Amino acid sequence: MTPAIEVEDLRKTYAGGPRGARRVVALDGVSFAVAPGEVFALLGPNGAGKSSTVRILATLSAPSGGSAQVCGIDVAARPREVRLRIGYVAQASGVDPTATGRENLTLQGQLYRLPAAALRARVDELLGLFDLRGAADRAAITYSGGMKRRLDVAMGLVHRPEVLFLDEPTTGLDPESRTVMWEEVRGLARQGLTLLLTTHYLEEADQLAQRLAILDGGRVVAEGTPEALKARLRGDRVSVELADRGQVAAARQVLAGLDEVAAVLVDGTTLYAQVAHSASALPSLLAALDRAGLAVAQVALSRPSLDDVYLDATGHAYRSEGAGNGDRSDGAGDGDGSGGAGKAAAAAAATPGAG
Amino acid sequence: MAAVADLWHLFVRLVRANVRMPVFVIISIVQPVLWVLLFGQLFRSVAALPGFGARSYVQFLAPGIAIMTALFGAAYSGMGMLADIDRGVLDRLLATPVARGALLAARILYSAVQVAVQSAIILLVSAAIGARPHGGAAGVALVLLVAALLGAAFGAVSNALALLTRRQELVIAVMNFIVLPSTFLSSMMMSGNLMPAWIRSAAMFNPVNWAVVAARGSFEGNWALLPRNLGLLAAFALVAAWLATRSFDRYRRAG
Repeated sequence: MTPAIEVEDLRKTYAGGPRGARRVVALDGVSFAVAPGEVFALLGPNGAGKSSTVRILATLSAPSGGSAQVCGIDVAARPREVRLRIGYVAQASGVDPTATGRENLTLQGQLYRLPAAALRARVDELLGLFDLRGAADRAAITYSGGMKRRLDVAMGLVHRPEVLFLDEPTTGLDPESRTVMWEEVRGLARQGLTLLLTTHYLEEADQLAQRLAILDGGRVVAEGTPEALKARLRGDRVSVELADRGQVAAARQVLAGLDEVAAVLVDGTTLYAQVAHSASALPSLLAALDRAGLAVAQVALSRPSLDDVYLDATGHAYRSEGAGNGDRSDGAGDGDGSGGAGKAAAAAAATPGAG
Repeated sequence: MAAVADLWHLFVRLVRANVRMPVFVIISIVQPVLWVLLFGQLFRSVAALPGFGARSYVQFLAPGIAIMTALFGAAYSGMGMLADIDRGVLDRLLATPVARGALLAARILYSAVQVAVQSAIILLVSAAIGARPHGGAAGVALVLLVAALLGAAFGAVSNALALLTRRQELVIAVMNFIVLPSTFLSSMMMSGNLMPAWIRSAAMFNPVNWAVVAARGSFEGNWALLPRNLGLLAAFALVAAWLATRSFDRYRRAG
């Protein structure tokens, strides 16, 4: 069976921009495939290359190297045919605020050249499906964040695409709207639509995706089902935060020397020890640190989560603002500092920490 | 045919967006009318200067203000393009099978139609205070055509700037830099007979002056200068459209 999406060794380098931006390698050989009807997530911090990948797949951006196919069609060679089969819901919205919800949907359908009567019916259907009927004839500028996002998704579906790209569908939404959006996404998945969603929320990828790829610095660092990825990290994790940065190396040596500890990763002043059973290993860990005279500020135990998968794959803890390989924000344009900070704060609030 | 339908749908979107802002509509009508009334009064005695060569200043001014309005009305068209870029609307449209050219053409067409409507209102107001179109209906139609051509040309230049710089401040600064000098380096408000020689020479290379001369000739029924100036203006509009198209291609490639 032809994969719905197939990306092979995809590369993208942005030349220095008009604002004096430096040359940035956004994608450094990304490969993955998505089966028809599958919900696939690209997970990673801002700047990891998620939006760059989706923009190439949506024909908005030409790859610098490698290949990308949607429904077996090469996006660079036959973009028109790809456009007919995809819906694209960008991170930066795309709703025309001066037009009503109905007008936004109608224009979208007109540009796909749907016949007028069928389009009217389809627009009505989508307004109902996304709970926008009451606001259908109001300018979209009056919509709440959640309504605007639902309209965004509806606009991507007017022409009944085979593949839908959802770039950060819940970024900036309040928790309630996020839950609603998750339900919408699950509903679309049940209808057999192929979904590629990007997110910097670990929990979102865990909740929605059948399979996911973790992107870091323009590369896929892990790929699989959320369960398989977590299962690969056998056992539990103990995270130990030290009071004194200068003692990190010593603490690492102490922990690595214990029989109970399979591996130790360090990120800043926090050490992550992989153990078989955290509850039984904890006393000897703490005792060993105490004997060595190392002061512990905080300890947490956890079952493996995607945070741990990320940590394991990249060697650094997950931060949604990213440790990417460049200063280009992973948005449609050059994002401003304040927006990025807001996003990071929202992510931190929504993502349960490793403990 | 599909491209024409795309153009139409996108054009309707722009008309709708602007018509929905009543303040915008009112200002874009009232402002040119104010120009006619204000300049018509302020410079009334200018027409009495020896060698000015016009019966009344309002008669002289009416086609000039029509062109001025076209210039001012179209010069900032690129701001709409920037708003579309910032809101993600342009990307969203580009991800559909829409004819690429229609995205730009809709804005240029909108500029042309908008300024033609404004010019028509100016000619009406001018007629009410004494200006007479000696060129008849054909003359009036030609004034509107000239205004539309200049509007299309400057709309294209403005969009090109927007796509190349992607910054509102730069579009505003550059267009301000162009608009006023090209207004005063033309016979828009002052008869060419009374201009200093260097301004008269500079005006010969000024597309705004080509439009003013063509519009005034049409309004007065004095056809001698029309073909040359209309031709130059059309050529300028084509160059501007080409520039805008190239800028759009560049923008899309940079994606």
